Formats: sequence, structure tokens, C-alpha cells
Amino acid sequence: MDAALIPLLPLLVVGGTALLVIVLDLLPPRDRKGHLGVVALAGVVMALLVSLGLWGREGRAFRGMVVLDNFALFLDVVICYAAALVLLLSTDYLRRNDGERGEYYILVLLSTLGMVLMAAAADLIVIFLALELMSLSLYVLAGFFRGRLAAAEASMKYFLLGAFATGFFIYGIALIYGATGSTALDRIAAATRAGTRDPLLLVGLGLLLVGFGFKISSVPFHMWVPDVYEGAPTSVTAFIATGSKAAGFAALLRVLLSTFKVSQPDWTVLLWVVAVLTMTVGNVVAIAQSNLKRMLAYSSVAHVGYMLIGVVAGGALGAGSVLFYLLVYTFTTAGAFGVILLLERGRREAVDLDDYAGLAGRHPVLALTLALFLLSLIGMPPTAGFAGKFYLFGAAVRSGYIWLAVIAVLNSAVAAYYYLRVVVYMYMRDTEGLPTGPAPSFAGRLALAIALWGIFQLGLLPAPVLDLAQAAVAPLLR
Amino acid sequence: MVPESYYTALSAILFTIGVVGVLVRRNPLVIFMSIELMLNAANLALVAFGHRFGAADAQVLAFFVMTVAAAEVAVGLAIIVTIFRLRRRLSVDELSIMRW
Repeated sequence: MDAALIPLLPLLVVGGTALLVIVLDLLPPRDRKGHLGVVALAGVVMALLVSLGLWGREGRAFRGMVVLDNFALFLDVVICYAAALVLLLSTDYLRRNDGERGEYYILVLLSTLGMVLMAAAADLIVIFLALELMSLSLYVLAGFFRGRLAAAEASMKYFLLGAFATGFFIYGIALIYGATGSTALDRIAAATRAGTRDPLLLVGLGLLLVGFGFKISSVPFHMWVPDVYEGAPTSVTAFIATGSKAAGFAALLRVLLSTFKVSQPDWTVLLWVVAVLTMTVGNVVAIAQSNLKRMLAYSSVAHVGYMLIGVVAGGALGAGSVLFYLLVYTFTTAGAFGVILLLERGRREAVDLDDYAGLAGRHPVLALTLALFLLSLIGMPPTAGFAGKFYLFGAAVRSGYIWLAVIAVLNSAVAAYYYLRVVVYMYMRDTEGLPTGPAPSFAGRLALAIALWGIFQLGLLPAPVLDLAQAAVAPLLR
Repeated sequence: MVPESYYTALSAILFTIGVVGVLVRRNPLVIFMSIELMLNAANLALVAFGHRFGAADAQVLAFFVMTVAAAEVAVGLAIIVTIFRLRRRLSVDELSIMRW
């Protein structure tokens, strides 16, 4: 194989699988598409293994526009885990909702391709194209159940606000180009180091941050999150919550840490405020939710706030703990949405808090699984959520952001209330004669088992993975 | 010849009109047109800056932006048509079956 293609291997595997699924979709059988899910899953697992196999290698392709480094590879692993869990959960879910069409798997693979490309992009043009590839696929996936008004509404809101954010993003790129004469991240970094204090550059960075803010759903750009998470098919919600956030943070970290290192004092102050607002608004509003999908949506906003703490703290520990937390968050959130998805009865999703009353009596295993994921979201030892928060808050303290860590810990205490409320409903309320749902499919149980393995593996033995995460951010900090 | 700063000023004005349009208009189609205005403002700025630096990469990026805008139109109109089929009316104020 041509050595020039090696940096592109993870991209080629995901993209090639997407093309393969497009072709297979045209072949019989026409009425069953479950096999496409298996092919898509095989491709994603293959990309995961390729990324693990390439660990430690460095390379560039397309004249430096796409890079292969440990940072990109670590995020490839996170994104591929997210995509694999979502695909495992999807097949049976689509069949039960009469939504079994080949386009679903194609779109999931294409948005995965966009995410993987975003993690590897070293040029603002490529970041923009990857962001759009990911987003356009997700807009369609959000409205995949065409006959449902809630899905169409979610899709519309996601699309309009996402396209609005794209406008800010591309205008920011234009201004940065105007200030530095290049869109390549390393040439922009060289221009900033040379002392360009063009106001255009800072305005451009600000607009870029607005665009990123929408994609990672930080306050004040979080308005779309609850509606989209509620209206979209649950499997797609899980993908938006995990994969697209990981990709957004990937590009954000690369742009801020490696390219705009010189302006760090400027953006640190801004992100400090955004982090505090994001976690506080997310947690406070989540308390008022009685719909579990909406509650998890606001909780995901709060978790973005926690991760921004790591970006503010900076350095190998701060940025490394963001990557670690992204992996933790992927397992935990995909698992929690997975339980919601599997509990669905008929065509009605079990999303109201009352649907969970006495769940421990009807579905003891699923209730216990959901309780464990919620404990990980709270940050209880020995789950992964505890290790992730410990590293993030520890990084903040070590960088001297004591108050930020204090606010974050207080926020975590508030968050415990609404997560535990679900556990109380499941274990301490009587069953109100609700019928038990269908037994979860094998793929669904496998997805939950992988997510559970993830939160205990990362919770009991976090240090090796944190070392990998810190090694992954090293290329950015050079 | 028209100075380059005129172009960038015009692009800033167009961008602002686009942002205001998104925020105040209620019809999804008009909001969508305002977003297109924002993208084209960015294109104008890119082309003007590219002319200043005498480089082709910004002009190429402008083509990419147009392509992406076309893809967005395709997806966006499809979503709008889906909503219209279900609802027979079109205003973002009515997209409110989900609240809080």
C-alpha cells in the first residue's frame, strides 16, 4: 500500500464502508435491511481496530490538510465506539418503528466519516467541510421517522440553528484568512506567533467559537438541544450526544491549543464564563424536566460545561482529561439512551418519569443497568464518571482555577438530585400495572454490555487510558 | 479601481443583514434565505481577501462554500416540505409541540 495513504486509513475504511453500503442497499432483499447494519458495524469496528493499530504513527496527507497523530487516533477510537454502540442499538429499534431503510446506515456512516475527518483536519477548509458532512447527515437522521411531527420539528430546528452556526463559522474563517493570509492551522499559528495583533483575527476567532459553541451545545447556544434530543429517534439522539460532541471538541481543542496558543489569555477568560454558565444552566433546568430524554439533554449540556473546564485549565493534564472524559461520556450516555430505547413499548417511547415507576420489578436487569449509568453521570466511584470528573476538576485546581473547580463540584451535587430521582422512581415506586415491554434484542444487550464494561474499565483502572489521552494531546502542545 | 476595504465593508453589512433576518423573521424559508445571505457575505469577504494576498486558496474555498450551501438547500428544502406535508402551514412559531 502506498505510504502516502496511511494517514488516511481510518477515513478510507469508514468512507469505503459507506460506499459499500450504498451499493448493497440497491441489491435484494428489498424489505429487510438488517444486514446493512451488520456491514456498517463491521466497517466501524474495522476503523476502530485500524486506529488502535496506527497508534504512535504520525503523518500528513493532502499537503498537510489532513494529519495523522495520536490526537486524531484517540478521537477516532471515541467516535468509532459511539458509532458502533449506536449501530448495535439501531437495527432492532428501526424495525420496531417501521423505519428500516438502508439510508439510515449510509447516513450514520457518512456522519461518522465527517466526525473522523474533523478529528484529523489541520486546515480550516477541511474542518468546515467535515463539520458540514457530519451535520447535514445528522439533520436528516434527526427527522428520519418522517411521519412523526416531533421528528420533523426536531429536524427543522436542528437544521435552521445548525445552518445559522455554519454562517458564523465560515465568516470567522474568512476573517482569520484576511488577518493571516492562510487557512492552514500551522501557518495561522506561525502568523499569531509572529505577533499579528490584527483585530480581524480576534473577531474571527470569536465567530469560530460561536460556531463551535452550537456544535458542542454550550450556553448560550444550547437552545436546540432539548427539542432535538426529544424529537429525534433515540438512537440518533445517542449519536448526536456522543459522536458529534466528540468531533466538535476535537476541532475546538486543535484550533485553540495548537493554533491560537498566543491568544490563550483572551479565550481562557471567555471560556471560563461559558463553562460556568453551561454547567449551571444545564443542571438547574434539568431539575425541572419530567421527560427523561429532555432531562438527559440538559444533563448533556451540563457535561459540556464540565469538559470546558479542562479546556480552560489547558496543558497536558487539562486537555488530556477532556479526551478521557469524552470517552467516559460516550459510554455512559450511549448506555443511558440505549436503556431508554430498549424500554420502548410498541410505538410509544418510555420517556416520562412515570413510565419508570417500579421498573425494578418489571425489568430488574435494565433498571440496574440504567441506575449504573446514572450513577456514572453523577460521578460516583467506582464508575468512570468519578474518574473523569476527578481528573477534570483536579486539572482545574492544579492550574489555579480553584473557584471553577468549586462551582463544578457544587453543580455535581445539584445534578445528583435529578439523576437519583429516576433511581428512586425505579426502585421505590409501585408498578402501576404497566405492561412489560419486549425482551431486548441480542444486539441491544451487547451494546449495553459494552457500555457497562467501558464505565467499569475506565472507573477501576483509569490511569492507563489517561496516560494515553495525555500522550494524545502532546502533538497539540508542542 | 474600487478599494478592497469597500468589499469587506459590504460583506460585513450583508452578514449583519443575514443575522438580523434569521433572528426577526418567522417563515423558515425566509430564515433560510437569510442564512444563505450570511454564507454569501463570507464568500465576498473570502474573494476580497484572496485578491489582497494574490492567492487562489480563498477563491477555491469560496467554491467549497457554494457547494456546501447547495447541499444545505437540498436538505433544508426537504425538511421544510416534510413539515409542510404534516402541517399544511409554515411558521417557526408553530413548531412548538415540544416545550421545556
